[in-house]
Amino acid sequence: MENRSTIEGAPILESKQLKKLKQKRNRKNSNLKTIKKNWDLYLLIFPVIIYFIVFKYYPMYGAQIAFKDFIAVEGITGSPWVGFEHFKRFFNSFYFGRLIENTLVIGLYELAVGFPIPIILALMINEVKNKRFKRIVQTVTYAPHFLSIVVVVALLFMFLSPQTGILNNIIVALGGEPVSFMTEPAWFKTIYVLSGVWQTMGWSSIIYLAALGGIDPQLQEAAKIDGASKLQVIWHINLPAIKSTIIIMLILQCGSILGVGFEKVFLMQNSLNMEASDVIATHVYRTGIIGSQYSYSTAIGLFESVINFIVLIIVNYMARKINKVSLW
Amino acid sequence: MFKQLNTGDKLFTVFNYALLTLVICLMLYPLIYVLSASFSNPEKMLQGELWLFPTDFTLESYSLAFQNRDIWIGYRNTIFYTFLGTAINLIMSIMIAYPLSRSDFYGRGPITAFIMVTMFFSGGMIPTYLLVRDLGMVDTIWAMVIPGAVSVYNVIIMRTFFQNIPEEIREAASIDGSTNLNFLIRIVLPLSVPIIAVMALFYGVGHWNAYFDGLIYLRDSDRYPLQLFLREMLIQDDMSAMTTSGTEGVAKHLLRIEGLKYAVVVIASLPMLIIYPFLQKYFIKGVMIGSLKG
Repeated sequence: MENRSTIEGAPILESKQLKKLKQKRNRKNSNLKTIKKNWDLYLLIFPVIIYFIVFKYYPMYGAQIAFKDFIAVEGITGSPWVGFEHFKRFFNSFYFGRLIENTLVIGLYELAVGFPIPIILALMINEVKNKRFKRIVQTVTYAPHFLSIVVVVALLFMFLSPQTGILNNIIVALGGEPVSFMTEPAWFKTIYVLSGVWQTMGWSSIIYLAALGGIDPQLQEAAKIDGASKLQVIWHINLPAIKSTIIIMLILQCGSILGVGFEKVFLMQNSLNMEASDVIATHVYRTGIIGSQYSYSTAIGLFESVINFIVLIIVNYMARKINKVSLW
Repeated sequence: MFKQLNTGDKLFTVFNYALLTLVICLMLYPLIYVLSASFSNPEKMLQGELWLFPTDFTLESYSLAFQNRDIWIGYRNTIFYTFLGTAINLIMSIMIAYPLSRSDFYGRGPITAFIMVTMFFSGGMIPTYLLVRDLGMVDTIWAMVIPGAVSVYNVIIMRTFFQNIPEEIREAASIDGSTNLNFLIRIVLPLSVPIIAVMALFYGVGHWNAYFDGLIYLRDSDRYPLQLFLREMLIQDDMSAMTTSGTEGVAKHLLRIEGLKYAVVVIASLPMLIIYPFLQKYFIKGVMIGSLKG
């Protein structure tokens, strides 16, 4: 038996290998052929690839200065290594606890309040049968998305001003004491999150509305014939149907839990509310761009991205385990 | 079909419409208030007499705003950055999205992964700043339009749209001897007007409302975009350059500044608020396409 297999097996193996090799060569040839045929597409994409290498990948390479003492004349490569020194300095700094707390609390607050509201809004808009009203609700709720952050923060200052703001006018008219909302640390996070909800709830609901539009209407009809109430249809049919969209959006938002955006916090920040408003991104700006401590601030930024990425991986893993839905 | 709605469903419908109406009011009230305030006598407004419609109608705040040099410079710069930036965004996005949409484009998988990575990883604020500085872009218009030239999210939306153009059209064209570039310009782009409009809106709104790049890359205020001037006027309360306080009293001066703020907000926001309703049905489609393959 053994003999036969070696004698007869060898040529079979050889021809198999040959076939594979030939296939590989053919594929290579046809690949070359398509590359040749589409040479102009490569020409088209080439500058954009260069853009990504220079403006996206080179800064990743540059992030190594977090482990170095960056000296401008020596450049990124020439500056001396210092290991984790900048990270240690950050962990031991006076600001560390407050930065982590503020960043995390704002992130979680946003998640808890800002995440469910667009879903509820989409479910509600989906129940509106009057086309005209539906269009009005959509158009109006999208409007704040098109305002700039500068304008939204300016509106907050106008409406919440202790002397002239309309909200304090009402409080005073009702016999209360005016509150200086924008300088009071205790109010900072609530104002930040609620104004964010105001600005983005409509825009964020579009994606869920789109998913709801894809549900087979026969499902809903069948449930109604079986005597389901509207709330039951929403709960047992509409919500499960958009579950995977919800989970994907949830993973994405969890992945930026420490990535509280710089732009709005920075504008709302002032010396009086600093203890509640200082987050990682604004600290990086102050020490890096303003204070020119490039290595130290890069280390802080890198710390943030690493935590974000770990959270993203964990949440994605959990979602895949529990719901079989994941980003990758 | 004629089955009567039960009381629970009726209640639900009433409640739903009522709540959505409340949402509309909460969304619109601040916007209407600002619009009314910009047309009102600031004195009346500060006394709390303004609730919804203008009191003591006047155009004084606007005439004051248009006399201001910063507003004009900011407006001019922002219009320039928005048009130049959006043009660069669109051209670059098409240049990468089209090849990636072609099933016969060898290397599309790795290249897609190559750009997707940048959605989750970035060098961070400081290394990017150092790069832009070393390239000599600080305090030039290029810092405003080049570092954010391509959004991966928008590229994916575009690619998905291009993929839906039937392959047969291209095969027919290639038999007729049309080159890829020719085909892209003569056939694909005219078929893609809706998605290009949506992308122009997404990118354009971004440029119009951006202040961050200006904040870190620009020093000379002659190049400031409108949003940076707005920040100075509205948030840092630096109105010193805004009004020429002659012989009039300080109180009067402060009043005029207060009115001016509202006019400035309207002037800065109106263009975008006027444009978007016309593109609404397109951008809903754009977000939908993005959600499918995002």
